[in-house]
Order: sequence, then C-alpha cells, then structure tokens
Amino acid sequence: MAKIKFTLNNEVVEIDKDLNMRLLDVLRNDFNLTGPKEGCGEGECGACAVLLNHEIVNSCCTPLANVMDKEIITIEGFSITERYRIIKEAFAKTGGVQCGFCTPGMIIATESLLNKNPHPNDFEIKIGLSGNLCRCTGYNLIIEAVKEAAKAGEGLW
Amino acid sequence: MVKAFVAKSLDDCLNILNQENVKIVAGGTDMLIQNRTHSGIAIGFKTDVLYVSLVDELKHITEDKSNIYIGATCSLEQILENNLVPKILRDSILEMASPAIRHTATLAGNIGNASPAGDSLVCLYLLDAKLEIKSINSTRYQLLKDFILGVRKIDLAKNEMITKIIIPKINFDLVYFRKVGPRLSDAISKLSFAGALRMENNLVKDIRFAFGAVNIFVVRRREIEEKLIGIDKKTIKDMSDEIIGYYSEFIKPIDDQRSNKLYRKEVCSNLIKEFLEKI
Ligand SMILES: Cc1cc2nc3c(=O)[nH]c(=O)nc-3n(C[C@H](O)[C@H](O)[C@H](O)COP(=O)(O)OP(=O)(O)OC[C@H]3O[C@@H](n4cnc5c(N)ncnc54)[C@H](O)[C@@H]3O)c2cc1C
Ligand code: FES
Ligand code: FES
Repeated sequence: MAKIKFTLNNEVVEIDKDLNMRLLDVLRNDFNLTGPKEGCGEGECGACAVLLNHEIVNSCCTPLANVMDKEIITIEGFSITERYRIIKEAFAKTGGVQCGFCTPGMIIATESLLNKNPHPNDFEIKIGLSGNLCRCTGYNLIIEAVKEAAKAGEGLW
Repeated sequence: MVKAFVAKSLDDCLNILNQENVKIVAGGTDMLIQNRTHSGIAIGFKTDVLYVSLVDELKHITEDKSNIYIGATCSLEQILENNLVPKILRDSILEMASPAIRHTATLAGNIGNASPAGDSLVCLYLLDAKLEIKSINSTRYQLLKDFILGVRKIDLAKNEMITKIIIPKINFDLVYFRKVGPRLSDAISKLSFAGALRMENNLVKDIRFAFGAVNIFVVRRREIEEKLIGIDKKTIKDMSDEIIGYYSEFIKPIDDQRSNKLYRKEVCSNLIKEFLEKI
C-alpha cells in the first residue's frame, strides 16, 4: 500500500492503495466511476478508455503507479463540458450509438483525436478510433459522428 | 505482496535497480497483459516491480551530427509525432497497436519484451540501432542485434536499464516498410519487412533488408547485403529471384494461429520483389 495523489475529473484525489492495481479497477471500485468498462481486459477494445493528460489511454493496461501526479478524466468528468455536448449530439444524430457499451470509449477517443487534430480526414478518424471496437454500428455511423462533431463544434477544439 | 517502487528520476531508477530485485515496468502494456489475473485485484507480477514511466529526464528526443537519441520513457506516440525520427521507424510505429496503447507504450518496452513479432525491431535492426544501457556505476553501448539474445531473452544485467535508443543518421534514397497483419491496428504481425537503399553514381552503395516474425530473431544478413554493393540500378531491379534465394535459408517461419510457413515464405518473396520494383 502507498499513498498516491492524482487529479481525477478536475479534483485532486489521494488514495492509499496497492500501486500494482489497474487504473480501471480503482476508478470503478474505489471512485464508483463506472463509465469506463471492462470489455476485453487486454487493451484491444477501448471500452475502458480514459484521458490521461488529455490523451486517450486504456485504463485496463495502465497501472495505478503510472498516474501519480497526472490528470485523469473519465467520461463522467468529460460529460460536463461543451465539447461533450457536441459529441453526444453528433453520435445521437448520426446513429453512432446502439447498445452503448462502446460509447464512453468512443467519445473519449473522439475527444482525444479532435483535441490534437480538429479537422481530421477519414483516414485520421479511422486511426483515431482504431483501438475502439463496436459490435453494433458497423463503424460508418461512428465515423460520420466524428465528422459531424468536428463540424458542429468548429472552433471548440 | 509484490512491492511497487516508483522512480521519479534516473538516479532513483539506478539506485533501486542496484538494491532491489525488481522487474522494470514502463508503459506496462506488455507487463500488465502478461501478468493479468482477475478484475479487482492487483496485477499478478511474479517479482517486485520498478515503475519508470514518470522519469521525465528520459522523455526527450534529441540529435547530434551523427545520431538521433530517443529517451527510454518516450511514448510511441511521442516518437511517431517527432520529425527527427527516421520516417521508416515512424511508419512502423503507426502500425503498432492503437493511439490508446501508443500514448503509454514505449520503444524501450518493445525492445525489452524481445518478441520476434515486435514491430519496431525490424526497422531498428535495419537502421543499426544501438542502446545506451546504464547501471549505478557504468554506461555501456550495445548494438540492438547483440542485445537481443532470443525470444524474450535480452543481454541486461539485474541492475541495468535501457536509457536511450540511438539511431545513426543515414540518408537513404528509398525506404520501405510493410507489416502484414489481419488489419492495420491492434494486430500482431504475421510478418514484417523493411528495406532501405542508397545509390551513388547509379550504383548500389548501401542496401539493407530486414524481416520480422520469420525466425526467432529479426533476420538481417550483412554478408548478403555486401554482395549487392556496386551493382547498377537496372541489374538490381531484376535480381529478385536471386536475392530471395540468398535469404531462403534464414527465413524459417513457424506455423502458428496467425499464419502458416508457406504463406509467410511466399509473402516474404513478394515483399522483396515489391521493394526492388520501387528502385
Ligand atoms: C492491445 C495491444 C496491442 C499491441 N500491438 C502491438 C503491435 O502492433 N506491435 C508490437 O510490436 N507490439 C504491440 N503490443 C505490445 C506492446 O504494446 C509493445 O511491446 C510496447 O512497445 C511495450 O512497451 P511498454 O512500455 O508498455 O512495455 P512494458 O510492458 O512496460 O515492458 C515490456 C518489457 O520491457 C522491459 N522494459 C521496459 N522499459 C525498459 C527499460 N527502460 N530498460 C530495460 N527494460 C525495459 C520490461 O521489463 C518488460 O520486460 C501491443 C500490446 C497491446 C496490449
Ligand atoms: S477493457 Fe481495456 S481495452 Fe478492452
Ligand atoms: S453501440 Fe453496441 S458496441 Fe458499439
């Protein structure tokens, strides 16, 4: 056990914990943040994605030790922003959500991409979403959603 | 309980490595998956671990007249975005995993993992990459090809760590990288190929071929490359069958769930041809 401090959804938190825990388990079990989900548990599906210093990472393959003094934003923390509102509406409008299991991860991936590249082309969108699997939509609708968000949110990123 | 040491500086790393029996964790994208147990409990590491990813002094990419230096804790995405890094290495990194993995995974980790399917290794062999390896009382430099001793076997003492990856600067006229896998992202290679060429007065001055996932080591054969120096452009373009022949004894792929021997051999031949056609 060791004390570890980091910023979680814009709040500095400190927790006494085994640093060999996966970030995913700590977020879900200790902070009750269930937006990040365990899909594959091995880095392939992106259901557990969060932002680490504003870049997408998979919390299932991030050890707690590696977030010391860093900034983590989960879908819960992101959902209070204007950028979130734009992305959410774009996903709803284009039909980029069906069962919704992949959606928190897809939204995190979209934010990470647009934050770096506000006007991505199709190839860049595909690369940006390449670590997120969706069993329902067939991806095209999600790619449309990202394009729609980039357009509707012009100037936000 | 397995202990976790967290280093904030290179000095921390070297001191802890010297005093404790620890395994290094950088991004952890290999280490966590390899030691995965159950949800909700600590990662099942077999020994104490030393986390190095917070060491900022190793997060730089620099250059001098002859080399590029990539710090051991640089993330793959940081390397991908840096124009100092040779294009062929960036091409291979773009095909590794996904942005989420690349934001935390490191090149040092890909090397330390020493998998014959490690995608960066093919380009690093091609470029004659070297490593800077430090312990509390020494710094040594070693060619990557000598550092990798076999599948998951590396020439690293208990108290040492990789601190930099060093890439000699060479201006090639043509570089070529192909990873063959089921999809672009998040896929382990069936095989990969890298080629590079430098011409002088229309004659081959430097030609290199490297193959990944076709043997327990990345295959790069200097004696074959040397045979081709001095050959003119037109002749070398037509030599694919001969060159494929030279490599056939070293291309010893295995059958596994990702692909079979015959397929891998055939694709290697095609990639050599494709590279030569580009000359
Ligand atoms: C979903 C997914 C997809 C992937 N796709 C690919 C892919 O396409 N191609 C590919 O090649 N790999 C892939 N990988 C494997 C992995 O991401 C890479 O090998 C990555 O580069 C490992 O880096 P890391 O920092 O996470 O290593 P870690 O897991 O932290 O460490 C890996 C090994 O390196 C050692 N090590 C780390 N840093 C040092 C150091 N400074 N000095 C000495 N030893 C050190 C560790 O002790 C350990 O043995 C994938 C992994 C996942 C989970
Ligand atoms: S649960 Fe983390 S990537 Fe699938
Ligand atoms: S909407 Fe169901 S998995 Fe993507």
